[in-house]
Amino acid sequence: MTKKITLLIVDDEESVRDSLYNWFIEDGYYVDCAQNAKEALSMLESRNYDIILADIKMPGMDGLEMHRRIKSLNKDSIVIVMTAFASVETAVQALKDGAYDYVTKPFDPDDLSHLIRNAASQIALQAENEVLKNKIISLENIEDIVGNSDAMMKVLRDVESVAQSNSSVIITGESGTGKELIARAIHSNSTRKYFPMVSVHCGALSESLLESELFGHEKGAFTGAMFNRKGRFEMADGGTIFLDEIATISGKMQIELLRVLESKTFVRVGGNKEIKSDFRVICATNRDLKKLVENGTFREDLYYRLNVVNIMIPPLRQRLEDIPMLVDHFIKKYCTSMSRDIITIEQSVIKRLEEYDFPGNVRELENMIERAIVIGNRKEITLKDLPLGKDIVSSSFESLDDLEKKYIFEILTKYDWNISRSARALKVDRVTLYNKIKKYGLKSVK
Amino acid sequence: MNKRSILLISHGHFDNNSLEIIADDITHEFLHPVELGESHLDLNEYYDPTRRQYDGNKLLKFLDSVSKPNSLKTIGLFGVDLFIPILTYIFGQAIFNGRTGIASIYRLKNEQYGLIKDDDLLLDRFRKVVIHELGHTFGLVHCYVPSCVMRSSTYIEDIDQKKIFLCNKCRTQVESSSHIY
Repeated sequence: MTKKITLLIVDDEESVRDSLYNWFIEDGYYVDCAQNAKEALSMLESRNYDIILADIKMPGMDGLEMHRRIKSLNKDSIVIVMTAFASVETAVQALKDGAYDYVTKPFDPDDLSHLIRNAASQIALQAENEVLKNKIISLENIEDIVGNSDAMMKVLRDVESVAQSNSSVIITGESGTGKELIARAIHSNSTRKYFPMVSVHCGALSESLLESELFGHEKGAFTGAMFNRKGRFEMADGGTIFLDEIATISGKMQIELLRVLESKTFVRVGGNKEIKSDFRVICATNRDLKKLVENGTFREDLYYRLNVVNIMIPPLRQRLEDIPMLVDHFIKKYCTSMSRDIITIEQSVIKRLEEYDFPGNVRELENMIERAIVIGNRKEITLKDLPLGKDIVSSSFESLDDLEKKYIFEILTKYDWNISRSARALKVDRVTLYNKIKKYGLKSVK
Repeated sequence: MNKRSILLISHGHFDNNSLEIIADDITHEFLHPVELGESHLDLNEYYDPTRRQYDGNKLLKFLDSVSKPNSLKTIGLFGVDLFIPILTYIFGQAIFNGRTGIASIYRLKNEQYGLIKDDDLLLDRFRKVVIHELGHTFGLVHCYVPSCVMRSSTYIEDIDQKKIFLCNKCRTQVESSSHIY
């Protein structure tokens, strides 16, 4: 059901108020009237109106002044000013001050109806926009956090309470537990949600690359720096920066990072201009940072700067009761993405999964289910579809691509990088093998 | 029929046949009997010389104050050009959920728009305006169904687009409130 549009008519002439009241009541709007600006402002303190139609010339306070006061009250109302005397100056001033439109009395009936209909459809669009934004946020970030175990409920409660603050957060948890997912949930439930969340995987970058990635660089800062480039801190202005695998950054980068966190300013590599950025930091690690501080590999001052709030994600083996729900979630996710009918899973498989200790955590479970859907009978996941045998289990937390890459590399090494013999052993043609080598960036160690 | 009547009061000359057709329409749509009446109200005091039109608000208020207590609703029919302070003209007006409405035939005439006189079309338009205003007195708001007589019409072309009947939704609303009347 759509919300009834509310209108406030402000005019010192009773006949105008009555006429407008009647006109809009017949159009099905909720209408209130005020005979001057003061009365209107006091009515606005107790309730919101979607549209305010205000006369520009009124005793006491004119419509333009009233409009400014309404805007200073930070009301979202659409204000339409009306006057009996057409004047370009007042019209321009009203529009400059943010009035939605300007009409001259008496109006053509059709103009008035159109004006209000357009304003009403703008209000409806704004409301719809808000609903859709909320929907997107909930779809992106809550749907993928699955589990109702006590441990996960505590994590979600922590997310909720920390989201509204600006405090730095460290998320700790084993590989594959969903640290980035939690970081996204914090970001999208915070006031920064309409600004970007920028992720940096610190472990994947060398020191110099990470420096350029975080702070950006000026043209000519180093060989290959052909253009100026914005850094991740700059891109995260107004939003959140997520630093994954924070424990891997070098001592030099730790000092740089501490300085940026304290001043919220930095200089691009090769530049001299100080840049300001308003960001929130969320870090993640699978290491025990406290221990790293104790043995001197992680700076204590940086640790305390980052560790304002610590969210610990439990490994999957400590929340086995979430497995059926997670399995169900991944079956739906992958069957939908592969345009297949939703399949079922044997109870014995669930039982077997609950006995397994999942060193690769939720990521391992997700890969298992995806694989089972790809290779299974398209109706039901059975024990034979899951790599729960001893040999495979040890590496099953890796993706199919990782397994393929590793296997091809092993074969190539075994046959001393002889492409023909390796291709024969792999039962693929030479072109396919070359493509795979290129795809995975494989190189002989010799 | 034991129901209270709806009163149609002519202010000026209207053809009797036309009035009876309108009365039939009203009975068909609102299920109440209709009584016809005439008034010899002096319209001069409602005339605005600067606009050269008659003040619809004042007329409506006056008719409401003198409407017969035993009649269910009263609709005043006029042949003059009506306005309300905020609008350049009106075809009609009513007190929403009230007892009184007014309708004017003046702006419904083809001749006002440089077109050839068409009495049948004129009567059709007037029937629609009367039913529309009466609908407001029964608490009906403007309807989005294109053919419904309660659809908002600001030009005669809009009136020509719609039918003379209430849509199912509006009819149901009138019927569901019939116990009040």
